[in-house]
Amino acid sequence: MAMTGVLRPGHAQIRVLDIEESVKWYTDVMGLKYQGRDSQGRAYFKTRAERDHNSIILRQSDRAGMDFFGYKVLDKVTLASLEKQLNEYGVKTERIPAGELLETGERVRFQIPTGHMIELYADKTAVGSAVGNSSPDMDIIDQPGITPIRLDHALIYGTDLDGATDLFTKVLGFTLVERVKLEDGQTDLGVWLTCSAKAHDIAIVRHGEPGKLHHVSFQLGSWEQVLRAADIMSKNRVSIDIGPTRHGITNGTTIYFFDPSGNRLETFAGGYDHYPDMEPITWSWEEVGRGIFYHDRKLNDAFLSVVT
Amino acid sequence: MGQYYTVTIAETQESYRCLDERSVLQGMEALGKKGIPVGCRQGGCGVCKVHVLEGSYDKRVMSRAHISAEEEAEGCVLSCRIKPTSDLRLSVVGSMKKTVCRSPSTTDASLSQPT
Repeated sequence: MAMTGVLRPGHAQIRVLDIEESVKWYTDVMGLKYQGRDSQGRAYFKTRAERDHNSIILRQSDRAGMDFFGYKVLDKVTLASLEKQLNEYGVKTERIPAGELLETGERVRFQIPTGHMIELYADKTAVGSAVGNSSPDMDIIDQPGITPIRLDHALIYGTDLDGATDLFTKVLGFTLVERVKLEDGQTDLGVWLTCSAKAHDIAIVRHGEPGKLHHVSFQLGSWEQVLRAADIMSKNRVSIDIGPTRHGITNGTTIYFFDPSGNRLETFAGGYDHYPDMEPITWSWEEVGRGIFYHDRKLNDAFLSVVT
Repeated sequence: MGQYYTVTIAETQESYRCLDERSVLQGMEALGKKGIPVGCRQGGCGVCKVHVLEGSYDKRVMSRAHISAEEEAEGCVLSCRIKPTSDLRLSVVGSMKKTVCRSPSTTDASLSQPT
C-alpha cells in the first residue's frame, strides 16, 4: 500500500454495439470528456478531474463486454519488475507497443485465471484536469451529464476466483478487504481487493463462464451527487438496474445502470479507507443480501446472472 | 400519440398492450407485467431472449454472444431490441431456457480478440 508498485485503475476498454450512439451517450449522459479516435476507430474519454489522457476506451463490436482493464504502475522499472514477477509466478505476458492506445506507453498484458485480460503500464500523457495544476480553482460542474470524478474500479465475473485472488495479492501487491462466503462457509463467492487505501480497486465474483464483466465503476463526490446522477439517468431514460441505494460491502452509496450496449456501470460515492494491517471483513452466505444491497437486504436476480 | 399493439406470451397466454415506440420488454415492464426475464434492456446480456411466433417488428443491433445471425433471421431475438409493428405472439427463451435455440456459433470461443 505504500503506493509504489501498482498505483490505480487507469483504463478500461469496453465493447459497444453502436459506437456513434455510445460516443454521444458517454459524452452527454455520463459527462465524460471526449478525447478523440484512433486509426482503428476506437473512441477515448476521460473525466474532467482525471489528469491522464484517457481512462475509458470504446470499441465497436458485435457483442458487449470488456476487452481489458488496465492499472497504472509507478514507473518503467516497476513495470519491468512486475512483468518478471508475473513470469516467475507462471503467468505469460505480452508487451503491447507504446502508442497502440493513444497517448499511452508500453503495456504488459496477461490473462488472469478468471479469463480476463489485465494490463499494466507506466506512462500515459498527463494532459491535466479541467482546472490544471497552477493555482487551480474549484471545478464547478456546469454541464448536464453525470460528470464523475474518476474511473474507480471494476467488478469482474469469472471461473477461477481463487487463482485470480492469489495472483493479485501475491504478485501485484493487492490486499484482501472484504469477501463473501458460499453456503459451505469456506469457498469465496466474491472478493474485494485494493492496491491502494481505497475499499476496492477490483472485485471478483465466482461465475460459471470466464471473462465476464459485471460493472465498471465511476466515483462521485457525495450521496447528493448520486441522487443527481439518478435524476440524469431518468431524464435520459437510462436503463437502471438498482438504486440509488447503499452497499454493506465497502459502505459505498450506489446506482447500477447500463450503457447503450448493456454493459453495467456504477456511479458511487463514499466507502471507507483500507490499510494493509486491517483484517478482511467476511460476509456469510446468509447475510450476502445485506452485504450487496444494504437497504433491500436481498439479492436481486440480476446481480448474479446479468453480465456481459 | 403512438400506436398500440397486443403482445401475447405463449407460455402464460398473458397479453399486454405495447406502444410501438417502446421495446416489447419495456412495454411489459411499464405495465408491471411479468413473463420475460429483465436484464440490461440494451441488447447486451441476453436474458430477455424470445422467439417471435407471429407478427412483425422493427429491430436494433443485439449482441452476437446471445443471438446468432441464423437465430435473428428465424425470429429468435432479444425482446429489449424489438418494437412491435403488428400484434405479436412470442415464446420466452431467455434465462432458465437459455439453451433452447442457442447455436454452437454463439459460444464464447468465438469472442473476438481484444486489440
